[in-house]
Amino acid sequence: MSDSIDVIVNGEARSIARGATLLELVRSLELDPRAVVVEHNRTIVRRPRLGEVTVAAGDAIELVHFVGGG
Amino acid sequence: MTTAIDTVRDTPFVVAGRTFHSRLMVGTGKYRDNETMARAIEASGAEVVTVAVRRVDLDRSKEAGILHHLDANRFFLLANTAGCFTADDAVRYARLAREAGFNEFVKLEVIGDQETLLPDVQGLLDAARTLVQDGFKVLAYTNEDLVTALRLEDAGCAAVMPLASPIGSGLGLLNPYGVRTIKRRLTVPVVVDAGVGTASDACLTMEQGVDGILMNTALAAARDPVAMAHAMRLAVEAGRTAHLAGRMPKREVAMPSSPLEGMLD
Repeated sequence: MSDSIDVIVNGEARSIARGATLLELVRSLELDPRAVVVEHNRTIVRRPRLGEVTVAAGDAIELVHFVGGG
Repeated sequence: MTTAIDTVRDTPFVVAGRTFHSRLMVGTGKYRDNETMARAIEASGAEVVTVAVRRVDLDRSKEAGILHHLDANRFFLLANTAGCFTADDAVRYARLAREAGFNEFVKLEVIGDQETLLPDVQGLLDAARTLVQDGFKVLAYTNEDLVTALRLEDAGCAAVMPLASPIGSGLGLLNPYGVRTIKRRLTVPVVVDAGVGTASDACLTMEQGVDGILMNTALAAARDPVAMAHAMRLAVEAGRTAHLAGRMPKREVAMPSSPLEGMLD
């Protein structure tokens, strides 16, 4: 069994450590968990729960934030 | 709300129970740099500032986020659902925005046409109903159609935002009658959103009696965004005050301002 799994982050395939939580994923991308909102398979996962949710192979994760707009 | 002179006293500008000190709302998109944006927002005097929800860019700089450049304690951040073409997408973005943000307010856009960015009113109404049910304070971007505006109010929207002209067009207020009629018939605040190009557009729009204006490109795409922001602030105040003052009736023939009596033989 490989040590890594393939997931989709912001529409792109990425390899991450098997058993990683959403919090670990966010940190591995050098993002501040307080500055992003995480959607896991179309469900929003609130910040306090990021460390409790384990990512599975094939999961779709969206990491969003506020940008300039009208 | 006070104006520069004490003979004209304005009512407070309240949306969903929250009072705002400025009737001018501004966007944060398309500025050449964040410093110019921050200075323009300052010059505009706006309190409500709109932002969009987008993917974090995982490969480039992490500076694309806007929150570093806006003091969330000073400004009221209003997230939009810009770029959404279906009710489902708009609801999804609104929920993400609520999670990212600081309030339950959302500027709801459901776009129906790529070229004109005109709203899909059916999708708009569907999304508005869902979001209101979900506890959002919905400010709905719509066209200047009265019946749609009435339906949005019935759906529980906190404010209705008819366009002056298409987003980013700068064509100004194309249908003053439509906007005026919406304002006359609705109880919730009417904030004109999109299309204002320069100060006279803003002034004319406020003279229709609407509660406020939201603009972005008019500032961001001006040669001097900070100066234009200042001009817009004055124009919104001027138009509002002129509305409250009540303009003179128009007539087709001249009427002298000076006495007809006392003329020399």
